[in-house]
Amino acid sequence: MATSSRLDAKIPQGPLETKWSKFRSSVPLVNPANKRNLEIIVIGTGLAGASAAATLAELGYKVKAFCFQDSPRRAHSIAAQGGINAAKNYQNDGDSIHRLFYDTVKGGDYRAREANVHRLAEVSGSIIDQCVAQGVPFAREYGGLLSNRSFGGVQVQRTFYAAGQTGQQLLLGAYSGLQRQVGMGTVQMYNRHEMLDVVVIDGKCRGIIARNLITGELERHAGHAVLLCSGGYGNVFYLSTNALGSNVTAAWKAHKRGAFFGNPCFTQIHPTCIPVSGEHQSKLTLMSESLRNDGRIWVPKAKNDNRPGNEIPEEERDYYLERRYPAFGNLVPRDIASRAAKERCDAGYGVGTSKLAVYLDFAAAVQRYGRAEANKNNIHNASDVDITLWGKAVVKEKYGNLFDMYKQITGEDPYEVPMRIYPAVHYTMGGLWVDYNLMTTVPGLYSLGEANFSDHGANRLGASALMQGLADGYFVIPYTIGAYLASEIRTGKISTDHEAFVRTEKEVKDRIDRLLSIQGKTSPETFHRRLGKIMWDKCGMARNEKGLKEAIAEIRQLREEFWKDVKVMGTAGYFNPELDKANRIADFMELGELMCIDALDRNESCGGHFREEYQTEEGEALRDDENYMYVSAWENLGNNKWELHKEELVYENIKIAQRSYK
Amino acid sequence: MEGNMNLSLKVWRQSNKDTAGGFENYNLDSVSPDMSFLEMFDVLNEKLVVEGKEPIAFDHDCREGICGSCAMYINGRPHGPLKGVTTCQLHMRSFNDGDTIVVEPWRAKAFPVLKDLVVDRDAFDRIMSSGGFISVNTGNAQDANSLPVPKEAADDAFSAAACIACGACVAACKNASAMLFVSAKISQLALLPQGQAERSIRAEKMVAQMDAEGFGACTNTGACSAECPKEISMSNIARMNREYIGAKFSSTAV
Repeated sequence: MATSSRLDAKIPQGPLETKWSKFRSSVPLVNPANKRNLEIIVIGTGLAGASAAATLAELGYKVKAFCFQDSPRRAHSIAAQGGINAAKNYQNDGDSIHRLFYDTVKGGDYRAREANVHRLAEVSGSIIDQCVAQGVPFAREYGGLLSNRSFGGVQVQRTFYAAGQTGQQLLLGAYSGLQRQVGMGTVQMYNRHEMLDVVVIDGKCRGIIARNLITGELERHAGHAVLLCSGGYGNVFYLSTNALGSNVTAAWKAHKRGAFFGNPCFTQIHPTCIPVSGEHQSKLTLMSESLRNDGRIWVPKAKNDNRPGNEIPEEERDYYLERRYPAFGNLVPRDIASRAAKERCDAGYGVGTSKLAVYLDFAAAVQRYGRAEANKNNIHNASDVDITLWGKAVVKEKYGNLFDMYKQITGEDPYEVPMRIYPAVHYTMGGLWVDYNLMTTVPGLYSLGEANFSDHGANRLGASALMQGLADGYFVIPYTIGAYLASEIRTGKISTDHEAFVRTEKEVKDRIDRLLSIQGKTSPETFHRRLGKIMWDKCGMARNEKGLKEAIAEIRQLREEFWKDVKVMGTAGYFNPELDKANRIADFMELGELMCIDALDRNESCGGHFREEYQTEEGEALRDDENYMYVSAWENLGNNKWELHKEELVYENIKIAQRSYK
Repeated sequence: MEGNMNLSLKVWRQSNKDTAGGFENYNLDSVSPDMSFLEMFDVLNEKLVVEGKEPIAFDHDCREGICGSCAMYINGRPHGPLKGVTTCQLHMRSFNDGDTIVVEPWRAKAFPVLKDLVVDRDAFDRIMSSGGFISVNTGNAQDANSLPVPKEAADDAFSAAACIACGACVAACKNASAMLFVSAKISQLALLPQGQAERSIRAEKMVAQMDAEGFGACTNTGACSAECPKEISMSNIARMNREYIGAKFSSTAV
């Protein structure tokens, strides 16, 4: 297989270990006087967007940043719980840049680019330094040094954390940097603004059309480069752990203007979420993977065992992850843990009223910690009651906010009864195809963080999303953007009166008018729910050829129905969240089809993409490296037609193997 | 529909910040106790759309209590009856069949109503811009472990940093004071060694901006902390006052 001539990943020559440092010292620079005349537009203010906007402004560029929320601090990165990886080796447990690189490529089931992942591992340490300098209150040991914990798919402790609120603290750090620049006037912040299209002039991205969500007005903004940091598209499944506003619209508009979409079918289903409780459900809530450090996952050994979890004796429990994967046990990667849960539930061993749940149990951890506390306090004849009390106190300190959240949602107390969990859509590894510089196939248009496809292959390891978002924003784009902007210093100010701006704005307006004019009978929400059901049933945790073909037909039908029967209330001339929602759902309906097409093309199982036809005798994912070791980059041909371009993945530094966590 | 609760809702409706608003009454049947408060609003809105009425606008996003978007004043209390919980984490099991529930937006001069239950909280961003940061450009940082922080200080800073900027403190306060919000950020950074260099000027600038935004003064009533979904402590306000007074004694700046 050869890489399509339409794709140039621009990976620097030379040995893996020196590619990035050599690139950094040879990439063209833009002098400070010229930076002041170059405008950069940043879409989204999560970890990637906020860190990029702040850093680029510090460098002297003129930055405009946009978010649809009422404040940049509310971007969905805020909800990340568990932690952020870095190859600091503070624990002296054998960690290194190479090991983080290796774990990430292996965790991604050998479908990520070596050079990108190595760069990610290289800059990981600097991220922690930067965050600490900003005042991010990471967890610390009594000696005052930083604390670490383990995450799935990894045998060292390299995850930095701030209780179960790591994303919040990192985002507030990046947000504080951003607000500092806003105060200095170097970043112009546009809250409650949604990007609805990119403007391309002579093949280069030159700006955007945004909608002021309060007034409904369409605005033209010109820039010498546009950075899409707009997050993932998990909400195509309707139910996911994403925030309700998270959407694909910015990335999808870019795709329709020429940016190829990479690996759209690679979706991460997170194993530990609170199960669905009823039809009214609007979102699913994640229980951090960090819980698998101490929680043990099990189901009853007998089918249809209806006893409460805490009444089922030890010998009648099947700790199936520990049984199947003794080397990693409860800390296998997410794709494997999710599939194993589905396998047990499908086989009839599920628990709870829906039978679509497994137990995550902290009883053993409570005893273990309780005894350790007793020993610490030199008490060697402690009663069981005291041990349990002390143990619960330790568990509370580690995971208190997560336990509270679980109790709040389910009405059950996880200190007393085991948690019930089930997999749910959480993250999308796929996204806009980007080269080593994070540029899409449209010159001047970049994509950072979850919005791009770049670093996680077919499965992302826990605590790597925060790392990638901040790596892209703080330490990658500030360098790589110079390669493009150095050639833009003679462009001068870009006029928003250009014909392309006028035309693009009109196209945006026409679509909004069309949505409002249908006045059918069905709410946008109902269409979204139906789309989500098709996606979850047929392009979810397990996929097969027949189901995917059905899904494609059903989505086409649903889309047709949407454009005939959707009912969007109100008008375009003021604050109208119903219209915003309908606009996003219309894009999800197109993306859903492409995801199924991509899943159908990939006749193998890898990472989060599990095709039932391709599995080992033990039910593990069966890759086909000979035919599918490529990135799928889809070109939009218009009218819901796509052409596949392949980027061959070359592994020069890692020995490809069947992924094993046994 | 799966539930068995029947509710009467009195909800504030307002077209935009320049027009007057008023309460509208709605009845909602078959509400499940397992629904979150916002999911109950989803059901109500879906019903309004089917009836050809405009749905109620309200801010929400993550629906897991961390983004700080949701902001409903429920039966006279920000985020409703439970302690330490945002509106999105409030579930209908906290109410009874037949209840009448009154829902209003945050009420404060510095938070103008944009539509229905949605208010403008940009003032918080402007306060942050005035000094809620440590001035460190990307790339300047030393190794993270070269600066030990005593666990107690780190834990206290974290507790203050848990603020989600929802604005419940302002809504709860009879003076619409933003002191709890501002003091949480000042405390976080004053407790950490990294924050020392700008400690005084930060307190001065943030307080000056807070006053300029039109937030009221603090009378130590404590409603803010009692209603805060993240249970940010009042002791932060005391610390902010100490920081501010100390800064003013030697001030040459603001």
